[in-house]
Amino acid sequence: MKIKAQIAMVMNLDKCIGCHTCSVTCKSTWTNRPGAEYMWFNNVETKPGIGYPKRWEDQEHYKGGWKLKNGRLELKSGTKLSKIALGKIFYNPDMPEMKEYYEPWTYNYQDLITKEESEHSPVATAHSVVSGEKMDLEWGPNWEDDLAGGHITGPQDPNIQKIEEEIKFNFEKTFMMYLPRLCEHCLNPSCVASCPSGAMYKRDEDGIVLVDQEACRGWRYCMTGCPYKKVYFNWKTNKAEKCTFCFPRVEAGLPTVCSETCTGRMRYLGVLLYDADRVLEAASVEDEKDLYEAQLDLFLDPNDPEVIAQAEKDGISDDWIEAAQNSPVYKLAVEYKLAFPLHPEYRTMPMVWYCPPLSPIMNYFEGKDSIKNPDAIFPAIDEMRIPVQYLANMLTAGDTEAIKGALQKMAMMRQYMRAISSGKDFDESRLDRVGMTANETKMMYRLLAIAKYEDRFVIPTSHREQYTDPYRAQGSTGYGFGGDDCDGCGPVMAATTNNKTGKEIYEENFYGGIWRD
Amino acid sequence: MFEQFLWVIFPYLCIAIFIVGHIWRYRIDQFGWTAKSSEFIEKKQLMIGSIMFHFAVIPVFFGHIVGLFIPAHWLNAIGVTNHIYHLGAVYVGGFFGIVMLIGMFLLTFRRITNKSILRLSSVSDMIVNFLLLFITFIGVYATLVTNNIVTDFDYRQTISVWVRGLATFSPDAAVMQDVPLTFKIHVLSAFLIFALWPATRLVHAWSLPFNYVGRSYVVYRKHK
Repeated sequence: MKIKAQIAMVMNLDKCIGCHTCSVTCKSTWTNRPGAEYMWFNNVETKPGIGYPKRWEDQEHYKGGWKLKNGRLELKSGTKLSKIALGKIFYNPDMPEMKEYYEPWTYNYQDLITKEESEHSPVATAHSVVSGEKMDLEWGPNWEDDLAGGHITGPQDPNIQKIEEEIKFNFEKTFMMYLPRLCEHCLNPSCVASCPSGAMYKRDEDGIVLVDQEACRGWRYCMTGCPYKKVYFNWKTNKAEKCTFCFPRVEAGLPTVCSETCTGRMRYLGVLLYDADRVLEAASVEDEKDLYEAQLDLFLDPNDPEVIAQAEKDGISDDWIEAAQNSPVYKLAVEYKLAFPLHPEYRTMPMVWYCPPLSPIMNYFEGKDSIKNPDAIFPAIDEMRIPVQYLANMLTAGDTEAIKGALQKMAMMRQYMRAISSGKDFDESRLDRVGMTANETKMMYRLLAIAKYEDRFVIPTSHREQYTDPYRAQGSTGYGFGGDDCDGCGPVMAATTNNKTGKEIYEENFYGGIWRD
Repeated sequence: MFEQFLWVIFPYLCIAIFIVGHIWRYRIDQFGWTAKSSEFIEKKQLMIGSIMFHFAVIPVFFGHIVGLFIPAHWLNAIGVTNHIYHLGAVYVGGFFGIVMLIGMFLLTFRRITNKSILRLSSVSDMIVNFLLLFITFIGVYATLVTNNIVTDFDYRQTISVWVRGLATFSPDAAVMQDVPLTFKIHVLSAFLIFALWPATRLVHAWSLPFNYVGRSYVVYRKHK
């Protein structure tokens, strides 16, 4: 057993209101640059829909993730040798094109003020940022927001196409949900495995998957390799870029920008301890439907003395073990089994998990025409507006039982809490049927409904002090512009005056530990 | 004197720039070191052009190695007579040369007709593109046309001897005196592109990821 720690995320889709605040704050933090206009490290899709890029879930087209070949894992896009020897390096047949995401555009706003006087008032028209030509907008980011055009794109959703019964897309019958997506920082990342330059890597200490911008040679296999289509190609710098899990924030114990700014407070961040030695074995189980359980099985109980002892031996510090014990992600994914990985059948072992949303069923139990029989909760789950099979196709490779279990728990919790808050009787033995106790249900309610910032985000700080020299690093940008931007420069102050370097200011002001004014 | 410049000073200058330039670029510009693919913008035209060019450039490269660096009597000794050699050089070399030329032509056509690609092309991309097209064209022309017109010319007795002289630091400009003009232009423009190489996208040729084949799939890095 080799224990590694990972900062993982859970999103409670039951509370996502599709406001796109996460996408916008992420964009303004990370991808507000030339060549990155089309990139959304975080985007929110309305489901059912084809998403971004179009039909990204269709791996027969995009060839992302892993497949099982004679019991062994192999990249779906082909072996290492085929990438080098068969000329795919000269032309990658499986690589998505820009138009499958969208062509970024801007408007010629200057026309509004510089156009000569004419009969009609001037209009700012859309122009491609790439070609500079005028363009007709036919597709863009979030084109299907709130089922816009859902009767056209909805039936093309691969998760819908896997459902055998007919799904109605007329207004009365239709359904929708939101799916915020970012890099999954997988345990078995196929993007990393696809990178021929070795420029992509998974950080040993927190599991964050990054692209080394200096080592990337722009071969673009990572774009094909990632089944979530979350590695992007910067068409100006010609290098791959991806979600960084806001590592500078996470290292400092702060949540990612998308989590911090989530208006619904539906994101949770915490540590999971897992057995790194068994990842490959878990990702190689024969039946797709067993992948969720196999991944769940990798996560170790942070309260188990044996696990703690082994974790310490593997170099995981006490504060990280303690964070793992308080991890909201562990509670939601492992203890309550409310959260599920996105498309486990890609065999990447994703680490951003989702609680499935309850869709309108509660009027079965509450309000005017409610059914009085409380046990109707179980058949009612099957009657949910969002078909359970649809959720299962996204979250458990089609296994509806696990999804139903989570939805029943959530529905039961709501009934229980409603009974408490409205002073009604509730037969607590009913909680047994979903495997819960009264106390557990209350704890679950707290975490899902009213958890505070420090309950939702339990992030231990990194231990940079053990391998860097923080004294020398203080005041530096951390990006190493020009190689030696800060030569022991000391605290940042008045750098604007006299064009002095940080080092000079340091030497002037700080002498032998005594500040001089 | 001018002959000395063309066939001794200029080639050495280009090789020096080639070597020093690469070391310098590798040290200061890792971020700019990329294949600079435009497949993301346009895929269909790229497919034919890129595959034709790249697949042909490999045998063409090795053909040049054999023709320039292996003395004719060595090949004779292992049974490759002049006749066999010339059959190979003209037919096999000519074939790959034409494939490379067509590929290069398609890539150039794509670069100048696709508005997005054109806008994304830097000056260095354009120079490299047209220079490569020119070198390939003149090379194919020299192989297939000049060789048939100037039948008594044998580059293995002239150009190859000169190149090996360069490599062994005993250059002799005199052997290049009577080489046909097309061959001369081909050689000089090739040296020019060696000099430009480190400053252009061509550096990706040195990043062919051979070690990927033997590597483990998932890469971990600690404290980075």
